[in-house]
Amino acid sequence: MGVEGIGARVVRKEDRRFITGQGKYVDDVKIVGMSYAHFIRSPHAHAKVKGINSTEAMKMPGVIAVLTGQQIVDDKVGNLICGWAITSKDGSPMKMGAWPAMAPETVRFVGQAVAVVIAETKNQARDAAEAVVVDYEELPAVADVRAAIKSGAPQLHPEAPGNIVYDWHIGDEAAVGDAFGKAANVVTLELTNNRLVPNAMEPRAAVAHYDQAEEHYTLYTTSQNPHVARLVLSAFYNIAPEHKLRVIAPDVGGGFGSKIYIYPEEMVALWASKKVNRPVKWTGDRSEAFLTDAHGRDHVSKAEMAFDKDNKILGLRVKTHANFGAYMSLFSSAVPTYLYATLLSGQYVIPAIYAEVIGVYTNTTPVDAYRGAGRPEASYLLERMMETAARQLKVDPTELRKKNFINAFPYQTPVIMAYDIGDFHASIDAAMKAIDYAGFPARKAKAKADGKLRGIGVSCYIEACGIAPSKAVGSLGAGVGLWESAEIRVNPVGTIEVLTGSHSHGQGHETTFCQIIAERLGVPISQVSIVHGDTDKVQFGMGTYGSRSIAVGGAAIVKAMEKVEAKAKKIAAHALEASESDIVIENGEFKVTGTDKAIALPMVALAAYTAHNLPDGMEPGLKETAFYDPTNFTFPAGAYICELEVDPGTGKTSFVNFVAADDFGRLINPMIVEGQVHGGLAQGIGQALLEGAVYDDTGQLVTASFMDYTMPRADDLPSFQLSHTTTLCPGNPLGVKGCGEAGAIGASAAVINAITDAIGNNKLEMPATPDRVWHAIHG
Amino acid sequence: MSTVKLTVNGRAVSVDVEDRTLLVHLLRENLNLTGTHVGCDTSQCGACVVHVDGRAVKSCTMLAGQAAGSNVTTIEGLAKGDELHPMQAAFRDNHGLQCGYCTPGMIMSAVDIVHRHGGKLDEETVRHELEGNICRCTGYHNIVKAVLDAAGRMKVAQAAE
Repeated sequence: MGVEGIGARVVRKEDRRFITGQGKYVDDVKIVGMSYAHFIRSPHAHAKVKGINSTEAMKMPGVIAVLTGQQIVDDKVGNLICGWAITSKDGSPMKMGAWPAMAPETVRFVGQAVAVVIAETKNQARDAAEAVVVDYEELPAVADVRAAIKSGAPQLHPEAPGNIVYDWHIGDEAAVGDAFGKAANVVTLELTNNRLVPNAMEPRAAVAHYDQAEEHYTLYTTSQNPHVARLVLSAFYNIAPEHKLRVIAPDVGGGFGSKIYIYPEEMVALWASKKVNRPVKWTGDRSEAFLTDAHGRDHVSKAEMAFDKDNKILGLRVKTHANFGAYMSLFSSAVPTYLYATLLSGQYVIPAIYAEVIGVYTNTTPVDAYRGAGRPEASYLLERMMETAARQLKVDPTELRKKNFINAFPYQTPVIMAYDIGDFHASIDAAMKAIDYAGFPARKAKAKADGKLRGIGVSCYIEACGIAPSKAVGSLGAGVGLWESAEIRVNPVGTIEVLTGSHSHGQGHETTFCQIIAERLGVPISQVSIVHGDTDKVQFGMGTYGSRSIAVGGAAIVKAMEKVEAKAKKIAAHALEASESDIVIENGEFKVTGTDKAIALPMVALAAYTAHNLPDGMEPGLKETAFYDPTNFTFPAGAYICELEVDPGTGKTSFVNFVAADDFGRLINPMIVEGQVHGGLAQGIGQALLEGAVYDDTGQLVTASFMDYTMPRADDLPSFQLSHTTTLCPGNPLGVKGCGEAGAIGASAAVINAITDAIGNNKLEMPATPDRVWHAIHG
Repeated sequence: MSTVKLTVNGRAVSVDVEDRTLLVHLLRENLNLTGTHVGCDTSQCGACVVHVDGRAVKSCTMLAGQAAGSNVTTIEGLAKGDELHPMQAAFRDNHGLQCGYCTPGMIMSAVDIVHRHGGKLDEETVRHELEGNICRCTGYHNIVKAVLDAAGRMKVAQAAE
């Protein structure tokens, strides 16, 4: 390891611009002649749009246009798509209702746009929007997934009778039936996985510019995957052909999944920029984020686990209803199926698994991938099940887990996934040691003497990351390949630009990716630049989500580097009159091994570009590209243990300690990895204790601001105690697994298991607010 | 429309704005000081914190006109040229930021916290004082570390002066 190579805790290169206020986010972009968009949104959860009268609004100062959903339809802008086809048990395709970017006829959730005002200033657009009169005919609405599937429930889409999108299953139902038939004990559990609002701190925004002379569009947008945005905008929404559309995702203030999707607002801004022939800016406010950013989770599940007389698991049966909201968002269909049910084996040998997932429409904001995406729901269900089982079977929860851990790899689960490597005992042992698990009973007794209820909760998670082998996901219905690209440009002076299809919106790629180069070439990271987030610069890429950037994007960089190094070695060997096989790369030099003969990287690069003295037949230049398609998912795993106290008088929970022992394979920058875990844990703990999107019976989002939806604040959280165990991932050249989602996947079960342990009542739903905890204690 | 005269990052400025203009919009739209961010519409998130006459203020909660005659410091005015403020350096050194969006407000609040508490800061106080600044990326762990680290650095810097 060099001082800036793999494994070094290098401070981030990108930080200087952020700490000095020089970051450039979408709302910071200004273009001469720019106009401003303000959307008119439905106040109703379900209604017919009978008419839109913009006569008065058009007379107001600065108003350029009022555009409606009907105009979007008339201009043949495509409906929003869902990019993963799921097939129901009966072989029928999933049933999708149409989702136009602005509703011409029917609105199906509060906040759905029906029209947009374009004006000279933001305030003028906002003022004029107040003057647009929309005539709605209210329809009955349904927000709750259980209510939506009852007979007589309001129906959202004619395409989806009974509000059912799909009724899907996985696993072997008969084998599970046999397992339960011979079970010595059966443990059952019903639980809800609460709906969350992602709330990246930067609200979504778009600046669209149509250049009439070139017939060319530019879109600055808050995207985790600008190339996918360009592809979808051109191939499916018919707004601009791909070669006439540049999508730029500059600094993006957090995503957590919510900025994967191509939303109506970006589509409308781009479409409107040509319509009014002016650059158009739209910046969402937080209320719009609450109403229109894709939400996360929202499952209602029933699970049963069968055990033999030795407490070995025999089988698992799960039935889940997943709330999709009013429309199918871009990857929504895959979340409760292939990202959820395929992880239900967890860290355990479960010989038979059968899961049914029913996807349901409701009059709520669409639901899609949010940090973890399906895997937190699987992990929460399974880890609460293990804790529940341990209590019912009267065994220590860590012992029950250890007894059932997978010990030999590779391991094929009954639900598609083939785990390549892991060491689950190492993780749980590290976590138990860190928290002094053995000393807990004494601490609990002491807390009891002080009038506090102390509990300890374990959660052993596994996730599938490095998303994903293109062929595999294609066979499961994905509409895209999930490889990644990298291009390495060694400039004539020896500086290096790495163009990547991954996108950094907080993950620190500008540092981590440089460290990969520094490790291989021995050059300082100051000589390396990472270029990302611009479809005019980077040819193609699939973006950042699913903890894929290092495992897929990083691997692509390695593949491109191998090509660069191979060519550079040939040039160096030629210059040094040595055999290519004798050339080694050290500290930025190409050396003839065993001699003092060497040529520095800048001289090799210069030789490549002057081309005065290259090996016969070699093309000039030093630039290589690689597309890397993973061969398998990666499987980060770990053990989290939470110790906390509950005040029986108030129901308030206070953390005593939270330890995390993760196995992410090789760590490139441990400082950044720890930061990712901290953030994930905060979101997992937030789900467990604080966060929850609440709709009333009419489909109004009651928690639509930071005053009503409890975001984790600094004093809600403990400092975390992290450690790492390591099994190197055999599936990629870096041995990495990905770390972005682990905390959010594993934390919530640890917290709830600890609270239910403390209060001695297993009936507790998230978020475990003081009110809920108090009632769980006192009935 | 009104003319608002104030000092921003040591420079006297005179800006014509609608009376309803908030200080944050004057800074961002009229002065192009886009380091100050807007993360909510209910004065909860703190991404817009600046210093007005030496006190941390959520600039979305103040009309531009209310800042007339005031001395405003934004994140862009915190460093002395190339020399980072100890709080900025501590955020970088402790990995106290990820996406960077909450960071300017977080740093401006943190400087104010240290000024008000001097050397008496501990983790609990820092966590309590950061109530008004929301970060979605870091889980606050490294922000708290950064603020405590900076408090030490600022004390040393003060002693040296």
